[in-house]
Amino acid sequence: MSKLTLGLKRGIIEENPTFVQVLGMCPTLATTTSAINGLGMGLSVTAVLIGSNLVISALRKIIPNKIRIPAYIIIIATFVTVVDLLLQAFFYDSLYQALGLYIPLIVVNCIILGRAEAFASKNDPVSSLFDGLGMGLGFTLALTVLGVIREILGSGSLFGISILPDVITPAVIMIMAPGGFIVLGILLALFNHLRSRMNKGKER
Amino acid sequence: MPTLLVIIISSVFVNNFVLSRFLGICPFLGVSKRIDTALGMGLAVTFVMTIASAFSYMVYAWILKPLQVEYLYNIAFILMIASLVQIVEMVIQKVSPTLYSALGVYLPLITTNCAVLGVAVLNMQENYNLLESVVNGFSAAVGFTLGIVLFAGVRERIAHNRILSAFEGFPIALLSAGLMAIAFLGFQGLV
Repeated sequence: MSKLTLGLKRGIIEENPTFVQVLGMCPTLATTTSAINGLGMGLSVTAVLIGSNLVISALRKIIPNKIRIPAYIIIIATFVTVVDLLLQAFFYDSLYQALGLYIPLIVVNCIILGRAEAFASKNDPVSSLFDGLGMGLGFTLALTVLGVIREILGSGSLFGISILPDVITPAVIMIMAPGGFIVLGILLALFNHLRSRMNKGKER
Repeated sequence: MPTLLVIIISSVFVNNFVLSRFLGICPFLGVSKRIDTALGMGLAVTFVMTIASAFSYMVYAWILKPLQVEYLYNIAFILMIASLVQIVEMVIQKVSPTLYSALGVYLPLITTNCAVLGVAVLNMQENYNLLESVVNGFSAAVGFTLGIVLFAGVRERIAHNRILSAFEGFPIALLSAGLMAIAFLGFQGLV
Protein backbone atom coordinates (compact mmCIF):
# COMPACT_ATOMS: atom_id res chain seq x y z
CA MET A 1 0.00 0.00 0.00
CA SER A 2 2.72 2.46 0.95
CA LYS A 3 4.52 1.73 -2.34
CA LEU A 4 1.32 2.60 -4.18
CA THR A 5 0.74 5.89 -2.36
CA LEU A 6 4.43 6.77 -2.66
CA GLY A 7 4.41 6.15 -6.42
CA LEU A 8 1.20 8.08 -6.91
CA LYS A 9 2.32 11.05 -4.82
CA ARG A 10 5.68 11.27 -6.57
CA GLY A 11 4.20 10.99 -10.05
CA ILE A 12 1.26 13.32 -9.63
CA ILE A 13 2.66 16.04 -7.35
CA GLU A 14 6.35 16.00 -6.44
CA GLU A 15 7.84 15.02 -9.80
CA ASN A 16 4.91 15.65 -12.14
CA PRO A 17 6.34 14.87 -15.60
CA THR A 18 4.74 17.88 -17.28
CA PHE A 19 4.71 20.65 -14.70
CA VAL A 20 7.88 19.85 -12.74
CA GLN A 21 10.15 17.89 -15.09
CA VAL A 22 8.82 19.49 -18.33
CA LEU A 23 9.23 16.23 -20.29
CA GLY A 24 7.24 14.78 -23.17
CA MET A 25 6.27 18.13 -24.62
CA CYS A 26 5.38 16.95 -28.13
CA PRO A 27 2.24 14.95 -27.24
CA THR A 28 1.42 17.43 -24.46
CA LEU A 29 1.10 20.25 -26.97
CA ALA A 30 -0.13 18.33 -29.97
CA THR A 31 -2.94 16.20 -28.58
CA THR A 32 -4.60 18.52 -26.08
CA THR A 33 -6.98 20.14 -28.54
CA SER A 34 -9.86 18.69 -26.53
CA ALA A 35 -10.28 17.18 -23.09
CA ILE A 36 -11.07 13.75 -24.44
CA ASN A 37 -7.99 13.66 -26.69
CA GLY A 38 -5.76 14.74 -23.80
CA LEU A 39 -7.28 12.08 -21.55
CA GLY A 40 -6.92 9.40 -24.25
CA MET A 41 -3.29 10.28 -24.91
CA GLY A 42 -2.54 10.36 -21.18
CA LEU A 43 -4.09 6.95 -20.58
CA SER A 44 -2.27 5.44 -23.59
CA VAL A 45 1.05 6.69 -22.22
CA THR A 46 0.09 5.37 -18.76
CA ALA A 47 -0.59 1.92 -20.19
CA VAL A 48 2.76 1.86 -22.00
CA LEU A 49 4.58 3.20 -18.96
CA ILE A 50 3.13 0.58 -16.60
CA GLY A 51 3.96 -2.25 -19.01
CA SER A 52 7.47 -1.09 -19.87
CA ASN A 53 8.37 -0.29 -16.25
CA LEU A 54 7.18 -3.71 -15.12
CA VAL A 55 9.03 -5.67 -17.81
CA ILE A 56 12.23 -3.61 -17.64
CA SER A 57 12.34 -3.93 -13.89
CA ALA A 58 11.74 -7.69 -14.09
CA LEU A 59 14.56 -8.04 -16.65
CA ARG A 60 16.93 -5.54 -15.04
CA LYS A 61 19.42 -8.22 -13.95
CA ILE A 62 19.41 -9.96 -17.33
CA ILE A 63 19.87 -6.97 -19.65
CA PRO A 64 23.60 -6.23 -20.06
CA ASN A 65 24.45 -2.70 -19.02
CA LYS A 66 26.08 -1.73 -22.31
CA ILE A 67 23.08 -2.39 -24.53
CA ARG A 68 20.42 -1.40 -22.05
CA ILE A 69 19.11 1.61 -24.00
CA PRO A 70 18.38 -0.34 -27.24
CA ALA A 71 16.84 -3.10 -25.14
CA TYR A 72 14.59 -0.60 -23.34
CA ILE A 73 13.57 0.96 -26.63
CA ILE A 74 12.54 -2.41 -28.05
CA ILE A 75 10.46 -3.21 -24.95
CA ILE A 76 8.80 0.21 -25.09
CA ALA A 77 8.17 -0.07 -28.84
CA THR A 78 6.49 -3.44 -28.29
CA PHE A 79 4.04 -1.98 -25.79
CA VAL A 80 3.40 1.01 -28.04
CA THR A 81 2.54 -1.34 -30.90
CA VAL A 82 0.11 -3.18 -28.60
CA VAL A 83 -1.58 0.08 -27.57
CA ASP A 84 -1.63 1.25 -31.20
CA LEU A 85 -3.41 -1.92 -32.35
CA LEU A 86 -5.84 -1.84 -29.42
CA LEU A 87 -6.82 1.76 -30.11
CA GLN A 88 -7.20 0.98 -33.79
CA ALA A 89 -9.50 -1.94 -32.95
CA PHE A 90 -11.73 -0.42 -30.27
CA PHE A 91 -11.51 3.38 -30.45
CA TYR A 92 -11.01 3.98 -34.17
CA ASP A 93 -13.50 6.84 -34.61
CA SER A 94 -13.29 8.41 -31.19
CA LEU A 95 -9.53 8.50 -30.55
CA TYR A 96 -7.37 6.75 -33.11
CA GLN A 97 -7.99 9.21 -35.91
CA ALA A 98 -7.63 12.27 -33.72
CA LEU A 99 -4.36 11.15 -32.14
CA GLY A 100 -3.06 9.65 -35.39
CA LEU A 101 0.65 10.21 -35.79
CA TYR A 102 1.22 10.78 -32.07
CA ILE A 103 0.43 7.20 -31.03
CA PRO A 104 3.50 5.60 -32.69
CA LEU A 105 5.49 8.56 -31.38
CA ILE A 106 4.88 7.47 -27.77
CA VAL A 107 8.05 5.39 -28.32
CA VAL A 108 10.22 8.50 -28.26
CA ASN A 109 8.39 10.11 -25.35
CA CYS A 110 11.21 11.04 -22.97
CA ILE A 111 9.09 10.30 -19.89
CA ILE A 112 8.99 6.57 -20.63
CA LEU A 113 12.68 6.09 -21.36
CA GLY A 114 13.44 8.47 -18.48
CA ARG A 115 11.52 6.37 -15.94
CA ALA A 116 13.03 3.16 -17.32
CA GLU A 117 16.53 4.54 -16.85
CA ALA A 118 15.96 6.44 -13.59
CA PHE A 119 13.62 4.09 -11.76
CA ALA A 120 12.70 0.72 -13.27
CA SER A 121 16.32 -0.31 -13.88
CA LYS A 122 17.10 0.10 -10.19
CA ASN A 123 13.97 -1.01 -8.34
CA ASP A 124 11.82 -4.10 -7.87
CA PRO A 125 8.88 -4.80 -10.24
CA VAL A 126 6.11 -3.87 -7.79
CA SER A 127 7.39 -0.39 -7.00
CA SER A 128 8.27 0.12 -10.67
CA LEU A 129 4.70 -0.73 -11.58
CA PHE A 130 3.36 1.83 -9.14
CA ASP A 131 5.94 4.37 -10.29
CA GLY A 132 4.70 3.89 -13.85
CA LEU A 133 1.11 4.26 -12.66
CA GLY A 134 1.89 7.44 -10.72
CA MET A 135 3.91 9.07 -13.49
CA GLY A 136 1.30 8.06 -16.06
CA LEU A 137 -1.54 9.50 -14.02
CA GLY A 138 0.42 12.70 -13.39
CA PHE A 139 0.93 13.04 -17.13
CA THR A 140 -2.75 12.22 -17.78
CA LEU A 141 -3.84 14.83 -15.25
CA ALA A 142 -1.68 17.52 -16.87
CA LEU A 143 -2.91 16.64 -20.37
CA THR A 144 -6.54 16.59 -19.29
CA VAL A 145 -6.26 19.97 -17.55
CA LEU A 146 -4.63 21.44 -20.66
CA GLY A 147 -7.24 19.80 -22.88
CA VAL A 148 -10.14 21.10 -20.75
CA ILE A 149 -8.82 24.68 -20.82
CA ARG A 150 -8.12 24.65 -24.56
CA GLU A 151 -11.47 23.03 -25.38
CA ILE A 152 -13.46 25.54 -23.33
CA LEU A 153 -11.61 28.52 -24.80
CA GLY A 154 -11.28 27.18 -28.31
CA SER A 155 -14.53 25.36 -29.02
CA GLY A 156 -16.74 26.45 -26.11
CA SER A 157 -17.39 22.87 -25.06
CA LEU A 158 -16.31 20.36 -22.45
CA PHE A 159 -15.84 16.68 -23.30
CA GLY A 160 -17.74 17.39 -26.52
CA ILE A 161 -20.77 18.99 -24.81
CA SER A 162 -21.32 22.63 -25.63
CA ILE A 163 -21.27 24.75 -22.46
CA LEU A 164 -20.72 28.35 -23.53
CA PRO A 165 -23.79 30.38 -24.68
CA ASP A 166 -23.91 31.15 -28.40
CA VAL A 167 -23.31 34.86 -27.77
CA ILE A 168 -19.67 34.18 -26.89
CA THR A 169 -17.58 33.25 -29.93
CA PRO A 170 -14.91 30.73 -28.96
CA ALA A 171 -11.32 31.72 -29.78
CA VAL A 172 -10.43 29.10 -32.38
CA ILE A 173 -6.73 29.94 -32.07
CA MET A 174 -6.70 28.14 -28.70
CA ILE A 175 -7.20 24.75 -30.34
CA MET A 176 -4.67 25.56 -33.05
CA ALA A 177 -0.91 25.31 -32.65
CA PRO A 178 -0.22 28.72 -31.00
CA GLY A 179 -2.88 28.11 -28.35
CA GLY A 180 -1.02 25.03 -27.16
CA PHE A 181 2.20 26.93 -26.55
CA ILE A 182 0.47 29.89 -24.92
CA VAL A 183 -1.83 27.92 -22.58
CA LEU A 184 1.01 25.63 -21.45
CA GLY A 185 3.31 28.64 -20.92
CA ILE A 186 0.76 30.39 -18.72
CA LEU A 187 -0.02 27.19 -16.80
CA LEU A 188 3.69 26.60 -16.11
CA ALA A 189 4.08 30.19 -14.93
CA LEU A 190 1.11 29.75 -12.62
CA PHE A 191 2.61 26.52 -11.29
CA ASN A 192 5.99 28.23 -10.69
CA HIS A 193 4.27 31.09 -8.91
CA LEU A 194 2.29 28.80 -6.61
CA ARG A 195 5.37 26.74 -5.86
CA SER A 196 7.52 29.75 -4.97
CA ARG A 197 4.73 31.08 -2.73
CA MET A 198 4.49 27.73 -0.99
CA ASN A 199 8.24 27.70 -0.43
CA LYS A 200 8.11 31.21 1.00
CA GLY A 201 5.32 30.13 3.33
CA LYS A 202 7.47 27.27 4.56
CA GLU A 203 10.42 29.56 5.26
CA ARG A 204 8.30 31.71 7.52
CA MET B 1 8.06 18.16 -60.19
CA PRO B 2 5.12 20.29 -58.97
CA THR B 3 4.33 17.67 -56.29
CA LEU B 4 7.87 17.94 -54.95
CA LEU B 5 7.58 21.73 -54.79
CA VAL B 6 4.29 21.39 -52.91
CA ILE B 7 5.92 18.97 -50.47
CA ILE B 8 8.82 21.36 -49.87
CA ILE B 9 6.71 24.46 -49.24
CA SER B 10 4.23 22.52 -47.16
CA SER B 11 6.84 20.97 -44.84
CA VAL B 12 9.05 24.04 -44.48
CA PHE B 13 6.36 26.65 -43.92
CA VAL B 14 2.76 25.49 -43.75
CA ASN B 15 3.14 22.37 -41.64
CA ASN B 16 6.35 23.49 -39.98
CA PHE B 17 7.51 20.60 -37.81
CA VAL B 18 7.98 22.48 -34.57
CA LEU B 19 5.50 25.30 -34.83
CA SER B 20 2.53 23.53 -36.29
CA ARG B 21 3.00 19.78 -35.89
CA PHE B 22 4.74 19.93 -32.49
CA LEU B 23 7.46 17.45 -33.44
CA GLY B 24 10.92 17.85 -31.95
CA ILE B 25 9.82 20.17 -29.16
CA CYS B 26 12.41 18.81 -26.70
CA PRO B 27 15.49 20.00 -28.66
CA PHE B 28 13.49 23.05 -29.73
CA LEU B 29 13.18 24.15 -26.11
CA GLY B 30 16.39 22.54 -24.85
CA VAL B 31 19.04 23.59 -27.37
CA SER B 32 17.74 27.01 -28.35
CA LYS B 33 19.50 29.30 -25.90
CA ARG B 34 22.11 30.44 -28.46
CA ILE B 35 21.96 30.77 -32.22
CA ASP B 36 25.16 28.81 -32.97
CA THR B 37 24.16 25.76 -30.92
CA ALA B 38 20.68 25.92 -32.44
CA LEU B 39 22.22 25.96 -35.90
CA GLY B 40 24.44 22.97 -35.02
CA MET B 41 21.43 21.02 -33.80
CA GLY B 42 19.49 21.98 -36.92
CA LEU B 43 22.26 20.78 -39.22
CA ALA B 44 22.63 17.48 -37.35
CA VAL B 45 18.89 16.90 -37.52
CA THR B 46 18.82 17.75 -41.23
CA PHE B 47 21.60 15.29 -41.90
CA VAL B 48 20.01 12.43 -39.97
CA MET B 49 16.42 13.09 -41.06
CA THR B 50 17.26 13.06 -44.75
CA ILE B 51 19.10 9.74 -44.49
CA ALA B 52 16.50 8.29 -42.11
CA SER B 53 13.69 9.10 -44.57
CA ALA B 54 15.45 7.15 -47.29
CA PHE B 55 16.20 4.19 -45.04
CA SER B 56 12.75 4.07 -43.47
CA TYR B 57 11.23 3.96 -46.94
CA MET B 58 13.51 1.06 -47.88
CA VAL B 59 12.80 -0.81 -44.65
CA TYR B 60 9.07 -0.38 -45.10
CA ALA B 61 8.75 -1.05 -48.81
CA TRP B 62 11.41 -3.70 -49.24
CA ILE B 63 11.34 -5.61 -45.95
CA LEU B 64 8.12 -5.10 -44.00
CA LYS B 65 5.69 -5.09 -46.95
CA PRO B 66 6.96 -8.25 -48.70
CA LEU B 67 6.88 -10.07 -45.35
CA GLN B 68 3.42 -8.64 -44.58
CA VAL B 69 4.45 -7.43 -41.15
CA GLU B 70 3.61 -3.74 -41.64
CA TYR B 71 2.33 -3.54 -38.08
CA LEU B 72 5.91 -3.87 -36.87
CA TYR B 73 6.81 -0.56 -38.53
CA ASN B 74 7.26 1.24 -35.24
CA ILE B 75 9.79 -1.21 -33.82
CA ALA B 76 11.61 -1.44 -37.15
CA PHE B 77 11.84 2.33 -37.59
CA ILE B 78 13.11 3.09 -34.10
CA LEU B 79 15.75 0.36 -34.37
CA MET B 80 16.77 1.66 -37.78
CA ILE B 81 17.04 5.24 -36.50
CA ALA B 82 18.99 4.27 -33.39
CA SER B 83 21.53 2.26 -35.36
CA LEU B 84 21.68 4.86 -38.12
CA VAL B 85 22.54 7.59 -35.63
CA GLN B 86 25.30 5.39 -34.21
CA ILE B 87 26.74 4.66 -37.65
CA VAL B 88 26.53 8.29 -38.76
CA GLU B 89 28.33 9.29 -35.58
CA MET B 90 31.14 6.79 -36.19
CA VAL B 91 31.49 7.67 -39.88
CA ILE B 92 31.61 11.40 -39.24
CA GLN B 93 34.18 10.87 -36.49
CA LYS B 94 36.44 9.00 -38.91
CA VAL B 95 35.86 10.99 -42.07
CA SER B 96 35.58 14.55 -40.86
CA PRO B 97 36.75 15.38 -37.35
CA THR B 98 35.83 19.06 -37.87
CA LEU B 99 32.22 18.21 -38.65
CA TYR B 100 32.25 15.78 -35.73
CA SER B 101 33.37 18.44 -33.29
CA ALA B 102 30.57 20.66 -34.57
CA LEU B 103 27.76 18.08 -34.61
CA GLY B 104 29.05 15.38 -32.26
CA VAL B 105 27.28 16.45 -29.09
CA TYR B 106 23.90 16.66 -30.77
CA LEU B 107 23.94 13.32 -32.56
CA PRO B 108 23.08 11.00 -29.65
CA LEU B 109 20.21 13.30 -28.70
CA ILE B 110 18.65 12.83 -32.10
CA THR B 111 17.67 9.19 -31.50
CA THR B 112 14.96 10.31 -29.13
CA ASN B 113 13.98 13.28 -31.26
CA CYS B 114 10.42 12.58 -32.25
CA ALA B 115 10.84 14.58 -35.46
CA VAL B 116 12.97 11.83 -37.00
CA LEU B 117 10.54 9.02 -36.19
CA GLY B 118 7.69 11.38 -37.00
CA VAL B 119 8.89 12.02 -40.53
CA ALA B 120 9.36 8.28 -41.11
CA VAL B 121 5.80 7.54 -39.99
CA LEU B 122 4.40 10.49 -41.97
CA ASN B 123 6.12 9.34 -45.16
CA MET B 124 4.61 5.93 -44.64
CA GLN B 125 1.11 7.29 -43.99
CA GLU B 126 1.25 9.59 -47.01
CA ASN B 127 2.44 6.72 -49.25
CA TYR B 128 5.36 8.76 -50.56
CA ASN B 129 7.82 7.08 -52.93
CA LEU B 130 11.55 7.07 -52.29
CA LEU B 131 12.27 10.48 -53.86
CA GLU B 132 9.25 12.13 -52.23
CA SER B 133 10.22 10.65 -48.84
CA VAL B 134 13.73 12.03 -49.06
CA VAL B 135 12.52 15.45 -50.20
CA ASN B 136 9.92 15.51 -47.44
CA GLY B 137 12.50 14.49 -44.81
CA PHE B 138 14.96 17.10 -45.97
CA SER B 139 12.47 19.95 -46.17
CA ALA B 140 10.86 19.07 -42.84
CA ALA B 141 14.33 19.23 -41.32
CA VAL B 142 14.97 22.59 -43.00
CA GLY B 143 11.69 23.76 -41.46
CA PHE B 144 12.91 22.52 -38.08
CA THR B 145 16.23 24.34 -38.50
CA LEU B 146 14.45 27.52 -39.55
CA GLY B 147 12.19 27.31 -36.51
CA ILE B 148 14.92 26.58 -33.97
CA VAL B 149 17.34 29.24 -35.29
CA LEU B 150 14.66 31.96 -35.35
CA PHE B 151 13.56 30.90 -31.89
CA ALA B 152 17.14 31.02 -30.57
CA GLY B 153 17.39 34.57 -31.90
CA VAL B 154 14.28 35.52 -29.94
CA ARG B 155 15.57 33.83 -26.79
CA GLU B 156 18.94 35.58 -26.99
CA ARG B 157 17.06 38.86 -26.84
CA ILE B 158 14.77 37.71 -24.03
CA ALA B 159 17.77 36.75 -21.90
CA HIS B 160 18.64 40.44 -21.50
CA ASN B 161 15.16 41.51 -20.53
CA ARG B 162 13.59 41.70 -17.12
CA ILE B 163 10.85 39.12 -16.78
CA LEU B 164 8.40 38.34 -13.98
CA SER B 165 10.07 35.66 -11.86
CA ALA B 166 7.22 33.20 -12.41
CA PHE B 167 7.69 33.44 -16.17
CA GLU B 168 11.45 32.85 -16.21
CA GLY B 169 12.72 29.85 -18.16
CA PHE B 170 10.19 27.61 -19.85
CA PRO B 171 7.02 29.72 -19.51
CA ILE B 172 8.40 32.74 -21.38
CA ALA B 173 10.00 30.45 -23.95
CA LEU B 174 6.66 28.75 -24.57
CA LEU B 175 4.87 32.07 -24.87
CA SER B 176 7.35 33.35 -27.43
CA ALA B 177 7.06 30.07 -29.33
CA GLY B 178 3.30 30.63 -29.32
CA LEU B 179 3.74 34.07 -30.86
CA MET B 180 6.06 32.61 -33.50
CA ALA B 181 3.47 29.94 -34.24
CA ILE B 182 0.90 32.70 -34.82
CA ALA B 183 3.29 34.23 -37.35
CA PHE B 184 3.63 30.88 -39.08
CA LEU B 185 -0.17 30.58 -39.22
CA GLY B 186 0.11 33.25 -41.90
CA PHE B 187 1.47 30.59 -44.25
CA GLN B 188 -1.74 28.59 -43.93
CA GLY B 189 -3.51 28.24 -47.24
CA LEU B 190 -0.31 28.75 -49.19
CA VAL B 191 -0.53 25.23 -50.57
